[in-house]
Amino acid sequence: MTATFELEPPPSRNNPHRSVESVRTVAIAGNPNSGKSTLFNALTGLRQKVGNYPGVTVEKKIGRFRGSHGEPLDLLDLPGTYSLQTRSPDEAIARDALLGRLADTPQPDVILCVVDATNLERNLYLVAQMAELGLPLVVGLNMIDLAEGNGMAIHAARLSKGLGCPVIPCVASQSKGLVELRQAITRQLDGQAPHRAPLPKPLEEAALTLGEVLVREQELDPRFALAEALLLITATGHAVANLSGNPRALLERARQTVNEAGLDRLSAAIHARYAWVHQLAAEAVTSRTGDGASISDRLDAWLTHKIWGWVFFLGVMTLMFFMVFQLAEIPMDWIQAGQTGLINWVQSVMPAGDFRDLLTSGIISGVGTVVTFLPQILILFFFIGLLEDTGYLARAAFIIDRLMSRVGLHGKSFVPMLSSFACAIPGIMATRTIDNPKDRLATILVAPLVSCPARLPVYSLMIAVLLPMGFSSWDKAGIMLAMYLFSIIAAFGMAWVFRKTLFKGERSLFLLEMPPYRRPSLGVTVQRMWERSVVFLRRAGTIILSVSVIIWALSTYPKPANPDATPAQTLAGSAAGKLGHIFEPLIKPLGYDWKVGVGIISSFAAREVFVGTMSVMYSVQNGDENLPALRKAMLAEKHPNGAPVFTPLVCIGLMVYYVLAMQCLSTVAVVRRETNSWKWPLFQIGYMSLLAWAGAFLVFQIGHLFGFS
Amino acid sequence: MTQTIVTQKLAGQPVGRRLKITGFALPDDVHQRLLEMGLAIGMECTVARYAPLGDPMELKIRGYSLSLRLTEAEGVHVEAHH
Repeated sequence: MTATFELEPPPSRNNPHRSVESVRTVAIAGNPNSGKSTLFNALTGLRQKVGNYPGVTVEKKIGRFRGSHGEPLDLLDLPGTYSLQTRSPDEAIARDALLGRLADTPQPDVILCVVDATNLERNLYLVAQMAELGLPLVVGLNMIDLAEGNGMAIHAARLSKGLGCPVIPCVASQSKGLVELRQAITRQLDGQAPHRAPLPKPLEEAALTLGEVLVREQELDPRFALAEALLLITATGHAVANLSGNPRALLERARQTVNEAGLDRLSAAIHARYAWVHQLAAEAVTSRTGDGASISDRLDAWLTHKIWGWVFFLGVMTLMFFMVFQLAEIPMDWIQAGQTGLINWVQSVMPAGDFRDLLTSGIISGVGTVVTFLPQILILFFFIGLLEDTGYLARAAFIIDRLMSRVGLHGKSFVPMLSSFACAIPGIMATRTIDNPKDRLATILVAPLVSCPARLPVYSLMIAVLLPMGFSSWDKAGIMLAMYLFSIIAAFGMAWVFRKTLFKGERSLFLLEMPPYRRPSLGVTVQRMWERSVVFLRRAGTIILSVSVIIWALSTYPKPANPDATPAQTLAGSAAGKLGHIFEPLIKPLGYDWKVGVGIISSFAAREVFVGTMSVMYSVQNGDENLPALRKAMLAEKHPNGAPVFTPLVCIGLMVYYVLAMQCLSTVAVVRRETNSWKWPLFQIGYMSLLAWAGAFLVFQIGHLFGFS
Repeated sequence: MTQTIVTQKLAGQPVGRRLKITGFALPDDVHQRLLEMGLAIGMECTVARYAPLGDPMELKIRGYSLSLRLTEAEGVHVEAHH
């Protein structure tokens, strides 16, 4: 699978006949914030392929680069992790990839472990764990410039001697040290395993004994015997559930031996590793003149201050929101204008017919929908990149976590939720900054409840129908505001419900490293914007386009027998029209007739389509621009028994419905993409539709009980 | 020389006081994760600050900053370190 690349590098000059199969794999691992992704990008450039590991939400990135002899190498980007002792399926990916347990992921030949030089000791802990894997290792001592700037001198050769593997100082954001890294990697392709932390004797013996059995009975790679055995012995709770029979019994015995030796099996290995790396760091750091954290501390005294912290937080968030909401409007208008122009052009050069309709109403509109999201995605990811790289995102999460945790969300859920007011698509893509998969999923599930601008046309129409002409724009704004508040309550309420049901008993752990403030790198940010856009266009775009075409077909076919049929008759006779009739019993308790049903079905792909469908149904030309005419037609609409359809309760109910319903195909496609499964988007459609129906039902029925109509 | 050591919880410790970790009373997995993040019995740390709403708190340990919620900090036992 990994052999197919978008940009295949030219064949090696040294060895042009080298076959694709012989490409060796280097895995890049490191703590979050260590600059691992930056180094990955610096090494591979744009020669990367983004995919997914089966069954989990983490992305699988493989890039191609060259070793020092020009030989092509695959670089496998592992998810950032603090430890191999993982606590969720997502975190387990890094461990399983390293241990060669993943079916369609190549077993790495070398591990490149990225270390933040400014936070040496804590980062070396992961190196100590990597060292136990028995694979050749290269340590990239990243951000060495910042460490030196802090007055810290690190003797790389001494550290290298202690670890038993190359230690290469580098600055990933400035592409410094890459040549040396490539040399070290090439050298290590057939290199030796590094040294490892001395473990307490009883623990080491128990692990080696258990490891031998695993190699014998479970065909484990002998290199990983110690690491696997240690992971099992030191695991908490359910982590060993898939082990049975003899190995299980042996594991129990190994744990018992360790306990009897007076060791705590949960902590003994961790202490031993930290003791080792503490020693190594102490020997390697030759001077520590300045106090590196002091600038960050002085900034934090202001930026997390009880009053000024909030002022700055609100300022940053307002600016970001304004940019995503307002600045994005400009290119979005261009895209829309281009789309209209293209449609007009096609209509002028092609004869009328089904194919032309497919092009204009299906394909061009579908592509247009996809592309319109790009400006918002680009701007939001520019800001997120800036916030992440400077270190402010961690502070923002620190400030707001207390409020978010009340409903079971995470401090880092704030930016995605805020962005969802502009559009749920970038909002859901922004949940990537949340490390904990449960917190991330909870945020994804509730983000589309936040009221986005696509609902505005629906609100405007229903408010126009609801209020007689005499009402001021203040009254209209009041209703609009009520809908926004309602959407916030719904989002936070559902987050709370999910925390109490779906994720019940799962302790939401907030352990956040606060990195020192750093200067952001424009190149890194731009690359990230580019990467997100490509992933969105390729993965979500295809789904959005195909469903746009399906919806167009549903509302076009079958064609009416009478060629002079009005658009309203055509729509009524189409599959969508028939579906409206079929669904009528379902929406009758909400006070809707089949025409509203057609509106809901046709706007499944995008909420704002509802207004367009209504104007077709009521034969109003350009209904979205000619609101009074559409309003008049809708007010005149009667049920078969003569009662008006669009009573105040129906209008309010419809607005409530559109606040709560997942009437946005693009969001479905993005959730599918971000959770790497159909399970969660389908669940989301299900719960939101149910919620929307129940909301509209309650408005209509309870309103009736109180004598309203 | 007799010395009275008063063990207290990390949550609520004043900013800037030098502390020494004396024990943990946390679920196994949370305990283990804290150890992996560099906390350990005998380790020195200081409270850098509390968030504007009083929770979470930021800790300085092993030369870096870690923020954690008070729920977890309740389960970390400390004593004043001189």
